[in-house]
Parts: sequence; C-alpha cells; structure tokens
Amino acid sequence: MADGEEKTPRGYHDLGGLPAGPVDRSEHVLEPWEKRVDVLCGILVDRKRRLMTIDERRDAIEGLGEDAYNSMKYYELWMAAALKLVLDKGILTRDEIDGRVDEIRARLGLEAGP
Amino acid sequence: MSTNVDDHDHDHARTFVPDEEDSLGQYAIVEMAVRELLIEKGVFSADEFRQGLEVFDKAGPHLGARAVARAWTDPAYKESLLSDGSAAVKEFGVDMNLTELYVVENTPRVHNVIVCTLCSCYPKPLLGAPPDWYKSRNYRSRMVREPRAVLAEFGTTLPDGVEVRVHDSTATMRYMVLPMRPEGTADLTREQLEALVNRDAMIGVTVVPAP
Repeated sequence: MADGEEKTPRGYHDLGGLPAGPVDRSEHVLEPWEKRVDVLCGILVDRKRRLMTIDERRDAIEGLGEDAYNSMKYYELWMAAALKLVLDKGILTRDEIDGRVDEIRARLGLEAGP
Repeated sequence: MSTNVDDHDHDHARTFVPDEEDSLGQYAIVEMAVRELLIEKGVFSADEFRQGLEVFDKAGPHLGARAVARAWTDPAYKESLLSDGSAAVKEFGVDMNLTELYVVENTPRVHNVIVCTLCSCYPKPLLGAPPDWYKSRNYRSRMVREPRAVLAEFGTTLPDGVEVRVHDSTATMRYMVLPMRPEGTADLTREQLEALVNRDAMIGVTVVPAP
C-alpha cells in the first residue's frame, strides 16, 4: 500500500519502512538505575505477579505522547509507562508515590524533584 | 552532600553504589519509590529483586552461543531448538518467562535477521540486553525496507542468490538466528565453537567468521 493510502493512521512508534539514516553502532553499557528499571519492570510482568503485560507497557509508552517518545531516554519511557500502569490499576496511589519520592530525595541529599 | 560524621547512619541507609546519586534522574528515583512501596506491600521481596538483578547480569550472548554450538554439534538438539526454542534453551537455565522463542536457521540459501519495528522486543533472557542500535529509530525503520543496505553497514555482504528474511518481533514472539557454522571448524570442540559465536551473528546482522 502506498504512503497516504493507509486506512489507519501510522502511530509515531510504528517505524517499519520509514526512511531513516545510517545505524549508529555505538555500544552503551547500562547504568545501574537502568538495570533496576529493567528488573522492576520484569517483575511486574512475570508469571508470578502478572500485574501488567508487556503489551500494556508498550501501549502505555506509546500513550506518553510523541514528544516524550522522541526525547526521553529508553528506560525513562519504561519507568514512566510502568508508573502510569501501577497508578491506573490502583496498585499504588499518586500520594504514596509522591510522598516516597520526596522521602528518597531527602534521604539521598538531593534537591526536591520537579 | 554533607560529610558530617553525624550523617554516618544516614549513609548506611543507601541501597546503591556511592556517588551514583549525582546522576540519578527523576525516573531513577521513581523506580526506587515504586520498588520500596511494592516490597512493603508484599508484592515481591527485596530478595526477589536481588535475584532479578543477578539473572539480568548473568544473561548475555554467551548463553545464546552455547545453544548455537550445541545445535552445530548435536542434530537432535538442533531439531528441538528449531521446533521449540523456549524449551530447548531451558537446558541452559534460560527462562523465556511468558515469551516464546523462535530460532530461525541460516543456510547457504537463506539469511535471517531480527528486528522489532514497534519497540525493542529481543530475546533478553538468552542474549542479554539488546544493543542500543537495535532499539534505534534508524535500525527499526530501515531493516524491513532495505535489509541489504543495513547489513552492508555492519560489513555483511551476501551473495545475490541468498534470500534475506527479516523477522519482526512482538511482545510475546522473540527470535534468535542460528548462524551457519563456518568452514574450517570440523576439528573444534563445542567450547571452541561457542567462543566463535557472537551477539551480532545471533541477531543476524553479521555471520560467524571462520577462525
């Protein structure tokens, strides 16, 4: 099907076949926080918990908006999506998260968050 | 950060490597908050989280290489790897969790390569975390339209008669390429063969070079 004749508008995550530049083959060693996000997200979808599915997480990432999709780091997108899902599903509340984030920032001697 | 001795107990409350705090963004803090709250609610234990980190650190291309070298040297194993990948890699302690592993075999006529155009799906328990380029816009966009051009960027040029098959992964379907065993390896042990196999060959962007 030619471009412009597609029945469903293409989502900004749906990159297959689009023109793009050369592949940047730089290697990146994951930072500790990136590993922690990966492992936490893995636990949320594992067969013991099944608190969410991998598809739900991808859908939530795509729901963050095109600007976020194109500007946030990979594991920031993962964590933002997982956070949205634990809130939407009522597993945790916004107040619980905000309170704990403030507490952790204080514990680490960091400035108050955004 | 204060270095006052009164902060001594406070320092011990840390659960991560010292000095990391300067580089922690908001989502790194959110991860800690969600993790702590879920542990307190009994959704999982701190020990389960630690085990998860250990499994993450232990996964890597060496696991895939083990399956490849075994398939090269054991026809029955190769058959099971191609017919039920998830079950076949369990033998090496690899748990694909709720995803299915499909192993696709390179032959003199067919070259396979994997991609995830929609996101970054990858056989992580078997090969470890994907390289950044696998998750990149340019790889995801172009691999399904001009695979030979992308392969050439990885230094891989295939003879004209070879068919290229591109496999687009999904949340539940993960692929690994079973590369061709290179010439001149008849006398190598399985361990020596394992050492020849690398990550990119199991993604399919390269072939395993002769030793």
